[in-house]
Amino acid sequence: MRKYQINNNRTPMPVQDHHERIHNFDEVAQGYTEEMAIAEANRCIQCKTRPCVKGCPVEVPIPEFIKLITERNFEGAIDKIKEKNVLPAICGRVCPQESQCEVVCTLGKIKGSKPVAIGRLERFVADWEQRVKGIGEFDEGACVDLSGNPKVAVIGAGPAGLTCAGELAKMEYDVTIFEAFHKTGGVLVYGIPEFRLPKEIVRKEIDNLRECGVKIRMNSVIGQLFDLKDLEEQGFQAFFIAVGAGLPIFLKVPGIELNGVLSANEYLTRVNLMKAYRKDYDTMVDEGDTIAVLGGGNVTMDSARTALRLGAKKVIVVYRRSEAEIPARREEYEHAVEEGVEFHFLRNPTKIIGDGKGFVKEMEVIKMRLGEPDASGRRRPIEIPGSEYTMPVDLVIMAIGTRANPLLTQNTAGLQLNKWGYIEVNKQMQTSIPNVFAGGDIVTGSATVISAMGAGKDAARAIHKYMQEKLSPSE
Amino acid sequence: MGWKILEKKFLNPDQTLYELVIAAPDIAKKAKGGNFVILRISEQGERFPLTVADYDREKGTITIVVMKAGKSTTELSLMEVGDEILDFVGPLGKCAHIDKYEHPVVLVGGGVGIAPIYPQSVELKEKGNHVIAILGARTKELIFWEEKFRALDVEVIITTDDGTHGQKGFVTDRLRELMEKQPLSQVIAIGPLIMMKFVALLTNGSKDLPKVPTTVSLNPIMVDGTGMCGGCRFLTLDGQTKFACVDGPDVDGHNVDYDNLMARNSRFQKVETERKEEFDHKCRLMAQADKLNAEGACED
Repeated sequence: MRKYQINNNRTPMPVQDHHERIHNFDEVAQGYTEEMAIAEANRCIQCKTRPCVKGCPVEVPIPEFIKLITERNFEGAIDKIKEKNVLPAICGRVCPQESQCEVVCTLGKIKGSKPVAIGRLERFVADWEQRVKGIGEFDEGACVDLSGNPKVAVIGAGPAGLTCAGELAKMEYDVTIFEAFHKTGGVLVYGIPEFRLPKEIVRKEIDNLRECGVKIRMNSVIGQLFDLKDLEEQGFQAFFIAVGAGLPIFLKVPGIELNGVLSANEYLTRVNLMKAYRKDYDTMVDEGDTIAVLGGGNVTMDSARTALRLGAKKVIVVYRRSEAEIPARREEYEHAVEEGVEFHFLRNPTKIIGDGKGFVKEMEVIKMRLGEPDASGRRRPIEIPGSEYTMPVDLVIMAIGTRANPLLTQNTAGLQLNKWGYIEVNKQMQTSIPNVFAGGDIVTGSATVISAMGAGKDAARAIHKYMQEKLSPSE
Repeated sequence: MGWKILEKKFLNPDQTLYELVIAAPDIAKKAKGGNFVILRISEQGERFPLTVADYDREKGTITIVVMKAGKSTTELSLMEVGDEILDFVGPLGKCAHIDKYEHPVVLVGGGVGIAPIYPQSVELKEKGNHVIAILGARTKELIFWEEKFRALDVEVIITTDDGTHGQKGFVTDRLRELMEKQPLSQVIAIGPLIMMKFVALLTNGSKDLPKVPTTVSLNPIMVDGTGMCGGCRFLTLDGQTKFACVDGPDVDGHNVDYDNLMARNSRFQKVETERKEEFDHKCRLMAQADKLNAEGACED
């Protein structure tokens, strides 16, 4: 067997200095240079087992695109990724690689060695393409016109919907995405902050889809404006429901009705989608010196780091488990710590106290300890009686999850839901209505961008199979 | 693609109240009384909700009635026929529950709340109900659509705080008189929170008056209008947290914590006032500049 020269160390990602970056919304991670990318790509040993590909929900041919980088063939590399992934610039930035492709990397299993930085390389080639091709204005005339082909409706322009629509357009279906908001991208534009995923990048990826023939109709709340029957009358033969996560959960403690208590959904939407951080925009956002953010996931980190950038003096993440159980991407957690976000682990709010004028003044929290593992496999937090104390806060942002949005599901007769209100699907992503498919958070509950994209991709295949059977019934 | 303003009318001499008819054929097909729409005027604009005041399925139009309050509603009042609203989303929220009732149904519209009781009056009338509409405002100039209501052949009662039109007093005075006179099946109240609170108190059953089921329409601060932000949440008296956008906007008037909702409406008051002053100042400057331009003073 050939002996490889192993390079243990990953090429570090250049980042904006943390003293600087907490005063702006520019991207934190600045991306590899060509030389950095080639150096990192050369670390890949091109192993035969290719565990990374199996770790990727959309099965990107990772070793192949990395090899092309080592050959300085960046165009070939991006084309290779795009065979499987229509949104590479986004995935390279927001995928939890450490629990997907990178966690299984052969190089990472060697003692003292770190896995190849697959996400950073994916981002590099996607950015390279955008840089070379330029982020120009969208050209309507350059779009492929798929009108006249069988029509498919995709509901929701988030990661699942965009991926599914992109795949269907590749198969030449006349796809229309219906989006409730005035902007496309779903969580990519309302949820994930500019400093982690520049919106210009999202726009360009979506423009690419439109150039491939995907049509998008904004300001259309399906279930209210049209129901699926109306869309059938408009000629749509199959549907993909990808309406995403829904109603934010509020802790059941006294005081959540006070001004200054808000969901992370609202906080982030005001700042990201509505650009409340810019003075020339009309949308307002609650401000304060001391801000508590509840939770431990990516949305918690995004909210906490946004609060710092909006000028908060002190931002405290309050999480009921310990550091080890934090579900956020490691990199986001580390960036948050670096930027000065404080973490109060093993604490849970019991009461939010007002100032007598309807605004938040303090929060009472109780100390927790970890008990036996629960159904999620994580150790269950248990209250320590009598350990309550209060902390002064101006805002309390709840990033503790969402529940199913009922808008579309309650207005769709015959659509089977589970007991939490999420849509039931079979292995082919098909719902109880044969021509209706579903995927993403409205099926799984809150999950990741890439798993939603995986669902979108699977659904596109299933819809294609369904349509083929429908259009050419077997003898 | 925007949504074109087809008609515009100021409803009072001070021009603080105005009516817009907007081309929105798809929304007009689905809209019903109780629904609301969300507007965004410009790229920098905020999203703000307004209740549907009328719809015409054949002409494909939605009518809204707006009271100038903050920057956005003032900016909207400056738009003219032919201009396009950038984003117009709807119909949102649950539509009103319309039934055939045994006894009369009373609709109470206070101030700009007169508008949204109109479509519900139409729908209730179509179902064959005895409909009584109480239109109330501070003063004569703020009562609008009186003829439009009378044309529906519903019983119309006008009341103003200062007695300049109709009877002098509050909508609750008129409602009490009706309740004393006859049994009522349903009360629907839309207007300022304080008005809806007192209507609900009156109809909640007391020593001398029976309880009448009462619906009120909530219009709290919201962003998306589809259940996602939770900004429009309100407390019910039995301890639940509900979202006005998906559980409402029409809700059981006897199960709302009005005081909390009033406090929640002051959430952005300070900044709102500052922004409005800034905007008014800018408008004054622009007007001055226009004047100077017209006089030729600014020509090179």
